[in-house]
Amino acid sequence: MSNVINSNSVMQAKDIHMISTGQKVRRILAKTGTYAFLLVMALIVLFPFYWMIISSLKELSEYRQAIPTFWPQKVMWGNYSKAFSQANLGDLFMNTLYVGVVSTILSLVITVLSAFAFARLEFKGKETLFGALLATMMLPGELFTITNYITVSDLGWMHTFTALIVPFLVSVFYIYLLRQNFMQIPNELYLAAKVDGTTDLKYLWKVMIPLALPTLISITILKMMGAWNSYIWPKLVANDAEHQMITNGLRNAFTDVSGQADIPVQMAAVAIVSAPLFMVFLFLRKYIMQGVSRSGIKG
Amino acid sequence: MKVVLENLTKIFPSRDKKAGKEVVAVNDFNFEIPDGKLIGLLGPSGCGKSTTLYMISGLQKPTSGKIFFGDDDVTELSTENRGIGLVFQNYALYPHMTVKQNILFPLQNLKGKDKLPKQEMLERAYEAARLVQIDDLMDRKPSELSGGQQQRVAIARALVKMPRVLLLDEPLSNLDARLRLQTREEIRRIQKETGITTVFVTHDQEEAMSISDMIVVMKLGVVQQIGAPQDVYDDPGNLFVAKFLGTPPINVLEGTVQDGKVYIGEDAVLNITGVEDQDVYIGIRPEGLEPAADGALVCHLNSLEVMGRDSSVVCTNEASLNPVIRAIINSDIKIDAASDVVRFDVKPHKFFLFNKETEERIRYEVN
Repeated sequence: MSNVINSNSVMQAKDIHMISTGQKVRRILAKTGTYAFLLVMALIVLFPFYWMIISSLKELSEYRQAIPTFWPQKVMWGNYSKAFSQANLGDLFMNTLYVGVVSTILSLVITVLSAFAFARLEFKGKETLFGALLATMMLPGELFTITNYITVSDLGWMHTFTALIVPFLVSVFYIYLLRQNFMQIPNELYLAAKVDGTTDLKYLWKVMIPLALPTLISITILKMMGAWNSYIWPKLVANDAEHQMITNGLRNAFTDVSGQADIPVQMAAVAIVSAPLFMVFLFLRKYIMQGVSRSGIKG
Repeated sequence: MKVVLENLTKIFPSRDKKAGKEVVAVNDFNFEIPDGKLIGLLGPSGCGKSTTLYMISGLQKPTSGKIFFGDDDVTELSTENRGIGLVFQNYALYPHMTVKQNILFPLQNLKGKDKLPKQEMLERAYEAARLVQIDDLMDRKPSELSGGQQQRVAIARALVKMPRVLLLDEPLSNLDARLRLQTREEIRRIQKETGITTVFVTHDQEEAMSISDMIVVMKLGVVQQIGAPQDVYDDPGNLFVAKFLGTPPINVLEGTVQDGKVYIGEDAVLNITGVEDQDVYIGIRPEGLEPAADGALVCHLNSLEVMGRDSSVVCTNEASLNPVIRAIINSDIKIDAASDVVRFDVKPHKFFLFNKETEERIRYEVN
């Protein structure tokens, strides 16, 4: 009798063991697959960066070889200093930084205030107005270029920083994004803050903004990147030396009289220009990921 | 600080304008809450108890009527200037702030002459925290606390600025049964210690009766009865109040009054005077039924549930409006569980008559 029970339980143990081995193999396979996929994707994303960096370190003659090399035969650090002096990178940097910072700050203020109004305040025509704003998102940005150009030139803003900053201060997308985020903040917190003696603005500052910080940081990054990367609009309205932005500055700085571009130096400049954005992303990444726990609210 | 509600009415406009039906959430509420008392607003959901609380807090504006704190008319005063503390059902702690910051928050918002120096704010915060026994959790975030602890933080936050009135909106409904018992005693203790006039809303009659100085029973926006818990229980003004208070609930039967006798079916259960002949609803508290060999009320015995000190006799009667009639009796009284029939005498002070149309109480004298 006891024998039977024993063999039975051994059988079961074996089964369990087999199942767990099967599962283990499957899990390992799945993990391998996932990592392989991620690796391929990462390579695709990283390759252009790699190419930019090795190109920036090559001699012009090496760069022009029919069969490209995957590592510079002679590392030319000099390209970087050359890039800096030749393209007046310092000024371009300052211009872009100025436009980027000012437009980001103003844009954040506008976005926060309008998102707050749409999420929390009650006023007549709120839904209609918000619908109208959303509708403008359906129009492609290129359509605005001409009308904005006419407006800007009518206002006499050509070749000013104002022309680079003002037309893009209001982003319906950011307002929408933040409004959705604000609306997820439970109503009770607002009521509690009222009981605790805050005004609307103080509530916004003390409670809503801290809770929506990850979204605000994302908006900051996107806005900064937008300013950094903008190309067509600055070229149209403010492409003079005093207001030139980095993307336009790089475009022709390394082309000699014969129309030959010194690509390695240009690449060095591009690498320099990309670095700040890359650092911003690296630094703020953890804030983007950081979810704000909402468990102060029950039920 | 006494709180006076004068003809307080709240009408919510209907959401669908064409239908045009407004909802009267609170209808002509008159009540003076005595200073330093704990008042329970009690009623089923949708009875307007939370709306009343929100009107006292200022988060909702009354459609008409007035609210006084002491002698100040606060009807038009906004919430932030009313000096109240409010504990929400889901606590509504600020998730990004520590416990300490949460408790400090109301103090930091004080303006003008009420503004406190930093050191005093901290002292007050710790004092409030000690009162609710969370002073060792001050640097935690709300997400790191249990439900009961979050609840205490919410109470501390409401108390820290020494509110004129403390309002609690279903403060116990998110706690488990054991914690609920403990917390409701805690609320009672804190209220006694601080002496702050407190109004709390609940749909749980046991909760309201156990800790309130007075209870207000509401139904569909209309106050049904106000009084000390035991008085309301012993002397309900109408059938709704009688049914709402008490566990197990009151037994309701159909009956008639004829020639000075109350009949349940064929059984004449009580001799009374002062009531005209009519059909009535009869309410008998479970403890108002006394088994007796020659008892007047004859019921069909279903089962006997012995619970130690007390026993519960479960039986049926054709006149009963509840599925079963329940009698709570002392376990010393022996009932023959095998018998089909059980007979009761009724205790007159646990035996109520109600008008069949209005469901209002009919007073009578025992003969």
